[in-house]
Amino acid sequence: MSGPSTYQPQNGFLKWFESRLPLGGLIHSSFIVFPNPRNLNYWWTFGGILAFMLVAQIVTGVVLVMHYTPHTSLAFTSVEGIMRDVNYGWLLRYLHANGASMFFIAVYVHIFRGLYYGSYKAPREVLWVLGMIIFLLMMATGFMGYVLPWGQMSFWGATVITNLFSAIPIVGETIVTWLWGGFAVDNPTLNRFFSLHYLLPFVIAGVVVLHIWALHVPGSNNPTGVSVKSEQDTLPFHPYFTVKDALGLVVFLIVFMWFTFYLPNYMGHPDNYTPANPLVTPAHIVPEWYFLPFYAILRSVPDKLGGVIAMFGAIAVLFAVPWLDTSKVRSANFRPLYRQFFWILVIVSIGLGYLGSRPAEGGYVIASRILTIYYFFHFLVILPLLGLFEKPKPLPASITESVLGKGAANVTAGAPAAPQTK
Amino acid sequence: MAETATALPTRRDFLFIATGAVGAVGVAAAVWPFINQMNPDASALALASTEVDISALQPGDTLTVKWRGKPVVVRNRTEAEIDAARNVPLTDLKDPVARNANLQLDAPATDANRAAPGKENWFVMVNVCTHLGCIPLGQQGEFGGWFCPCHGSHYDTAGRIRGGPAPENMAVPVYSFLSDTKIKIG
Repeated sequence: MSGPSTYQPQNGFLKWFESRLPLGGLIHSSFIVFPNPRNLNYWWTFGGILAFMLVAQIVTGVVLVMHYTPHTSLAFTSVEGIMRDVNYGWLLRYLHANGASMFFIAVYVHIFRGLYYGSYKAPREVLWVLGMIIFLLMMATGFMGYVLPWGQMSFWGATVITNLFSAIPIVGETIVTWLWGGFAVDNPTLNRFFSLHYLLPFVIAGVVVLHIWALHVPGSNNPTGVSVKSEQDTLPFHPYFTVKDALGLVVFLIVFMWFTFYLPNYMGHPDNYTPANPLVTPAHIVPEWYFLPFYAILRSVPDKLGGVIAMFGAIAVLFAVPWLDTSKVRSANFRPLYRQFFWILVIVSIGLGYLGSRPAEGGYVIASRILTIYYFFHFLVILPLLGLFEKPKPLPASITESVLGKGAANVTAGAPAAPQTK
Repeated sequence: MAETATALPTRRDFLFIATGAVGAVGVAAAVWPFINQMNPDASALALASTEVDISALQPGDTLTVKWRGKPVVVRNRTEAEIDAARNVPLTDLKDPVARNANLQLDAPATDANRAAPGKENWFVMVNVCTHLGCIPLGQQGEFGGWFCPCHGSHYDTAGRIRGGPAPENMAVPVYSFLSDTKIKIG
């Protein structure tokens, strides 16, 4: 998407079309000849995996809507109808439900990849913020999708999450009534969630276009964090990265299909196979697994407004990461201290996820408080200070040098036109 | 075009600002129906009321009725529960306001202000946790009143918040006794 296109239309029609709408040139320069750093590892394949998952969710979702009824009296039965009566309905629904979980697994890997290799640092701040906006939209979409089957977890999850807004002083109750369209979660709530659940994936697709656009201005970061300096540091997107992404996707799909066919309800909750009952709260309500770390943060604060602020703050602080990290070195491979703190953050995040799935009592609450404090301490104190005190390891002079060693880099330096020949 | 220096604001500046202001009002007026359609509709607003026969309730019994989509409990409290609620000093309460829709907004949260007037054994309350809207379980928790399983809020025998993350006492709805054995909620 940057620089003049080298695309040469092959036949008369394409030439005619290209001079009127240069779509071929856009695809050619973005996904065929686009120069990627030659040292990208498999953690970089998750962007492509995420694009695939978005399309897969839209395709399975559009088909499920052909059999679903968004009404409190029929929603649960229509989902059971999909499972029992609709041809391959069980497969489509399990693909969609497990697809949501796989989508979040991929996005968490993608986000932690960015945190490890400093992919949020200049000049990629806007790219990072766009990614965080996609993450927020994904959470809204996932939450509203979980409400649609109208089981017990759907209903009480919707009640608890919408009630978060009642913590806002003065206008809180008014906002919650407005969100519900009534005085409790009911049919109007289900209808609007259905409408928005169908809309938001297309909004996500739009922001994904901006995300890729913002990626293609500076190009991909890479495991060394050193910027691309010459053409020999890069390889064309096709076939090198199309094939690498495809292999990553196939391995990812094996895991996805394993869940879909062998453990289709593993990441769900059995209570959601009980129809919604507005008069009985299940003994232990939990959100979907991908919200658990944030849920643990919400419950760790013994004050309603404070808990809600902490939970939203845990997401907001991610938006600020490009400006909180003061280190000039991108990759954690060359930051001995940050590398350790990064892995502590990974463990703390998983720990918060575990605690979010436990009842809010006794030692679990104390542990959630400690981990919540550490979570914020990492972003608000460790990140800014580390850049000032940490002594990074020496960086390689170029990506090519890091791949081939010093001598080889000098040899190939004379042949920049043929970077793929060692 | 010899003289281009004109005094500000000109007639054209005024027209620009006036047009922009009218446009902004027009956009706001057009957006409002799209926002307001999400508020409760006429059928939800039609203030439903429910009549409840309480003749069968012995001391210690609770009846739950659905009112405006929410569970409302009607409880015939035992002497022990009334005494427990009466003997709590107001300074021990996390929320000192009665939250009783039948009384003034600033009425103190004494047991008399929470229970039915003149019939302190009768207790009517919207059984929705003021934290995040779960349904607390009756006759459980540290104070023998209600306990919310979602996030661990404890309420006493007058439905007042005593421990946990919930900020307010559970609400007492508008209700009245039609006779000694019948009440009307709403």
